[in-house]
Amino acid sequence: MMKISWWKWLSVALVLYTIIMGFTMKVPALPILHETIRNLYFHVTMWFAMILILLGSVVYSIRFLYSGNILFDIKASETANVGIILGLLGIATGAVWAKSTWGAWWANDAKLNGAAVTLLFYFAYLILRNSIEDVEKRGRISAVYNIFSYVMLIVFLMILPRMTDSLHPGNGGNPGFGGYDLDSTMKVVFYPAIIGWTLFGCWMADLRIRLTKLKLLQENILENGKS
Amino acid sequence: MLLYSFATIYTCYLAFKSLSHGPTWNALFWLINLFAAINTVAKSFMLDSRGKQLYHFSIFKAEVFLLGRMIYNILLMNVISFITLFFFLMLLGNPVQDLPSFIIVMILGSTCFGAILTLVSSMASKTKGNLGIMAVLSFPMLLPSLMTIIKASKNALDGLDPSVSYAYWLILIMLNIVVAALGFLLFPYLWRD
Repeated sequence: MMKISWWKWLSVALVLYTIIMGFTMKVPALPILHETIRNLYFHVTMWFAMILILLGSVVYSIRFLYSGNILFDIKASETANVGIILGLLGIATGAVWAKSTWGAWWANDAKLNGAAVTLLFYFAYLILRNSIEDVEKRGRISAVYNIFSYVMLIVFLMILPRMTDSLHPGNGGNPGFGGYDLDSTMKVVFYPAIIGWTLFGCWMADLRIRLTKLKLLQENILENGKS
Repeated sequence: MLLYSFATIYTCYLAFKSLSHGPTWNALFWLINLFAAINTVAKSFMLDSRGKQLYHFSIFKAEVFLLGRMIYNILLMNVISFITLFFFLMLLGNPVQDLPSFIIVMILGSTCFGAILTLVSSMASKTKGNLGIMAVLSFPMLLPSLMTIIKASKNALDGLDPSVSYAYWLILIMLNIVVAALGFLLFPYLWRD
């Protein structure tokens, strides 16, 4: 039987913990928000996980630029893929939440536009990767674009929404959800959830990386034993 | 290029006759500028032949080369936007109440376009489906600056006090600095083939 690393077990445990506790634990009763405050455990933590995983992707891109090792390029692109999935889930959960609190799935808002632009960046990254044949060249150019995308992500998700008016909690003068959590009970689920989603994402990326590596080995692009 | 922007504006003139509605005027102005920018700057790296590229590669440092191209494109963008503005004022009427701040926004904005598109063009020139890729890569990069520009120039259009839009000007300047800095760090990797 294959050995499964401890952190994969941990990620399963944490995600299960998040889902079970997230739906059953007592939450502060507040007007308008009501039970939707539970979205803190999913939407917010998924975006946190996305930001962490995309950070990992950028680190791999930088290492690729320094070393020229194709393996880092594979890692960067697959972690970016997982980041995109988490981002899409984050948008979906956010839209559901917005529907029940703001009354609309989408609003013309600094933070939301920033999120949309960020995802556009990463879709463009995927298209860029598909349009270059040469492995080495593809690695270099997409690494550069990846670094760009991440810097822009920080600007559009963290900096710009705080400078202008925004409906989104935590921006433009609105308190974040931490402000509603008066007795800190929500933190018991919130922090494990971030770690859980991040590890789960790493696991997904790990599987994809191994798959791509095998494909490249088959095509003799990657030399055997170089990993 | 001049003909391109003039033809577009003239088409708009024929379609609208005169545009007294400020926001539409503003949006149209920036869209025309944006497309002119993409079409112009996209050529900056794509038209280089293989031999010319090698020649440049052998005599210039990457940073110097990028700086040269960037300055040229930024100046070009500024010239184009001034000409567009001139035709707009001539043909479509003048709803701008605070022309000096509008021009400041315009200069900052075209500088932004020039700098961003120079970099994107250097990336897109390495791919096969050149112009399509150019649009796909540059739109997410340009969108945020475009939104900021439109908000800031709308303020100028309405003749609001410039102090209202200082924050937007600051964002544009910051974007320029970020793009230029990243470009200088990363361009050497883009360049060698």
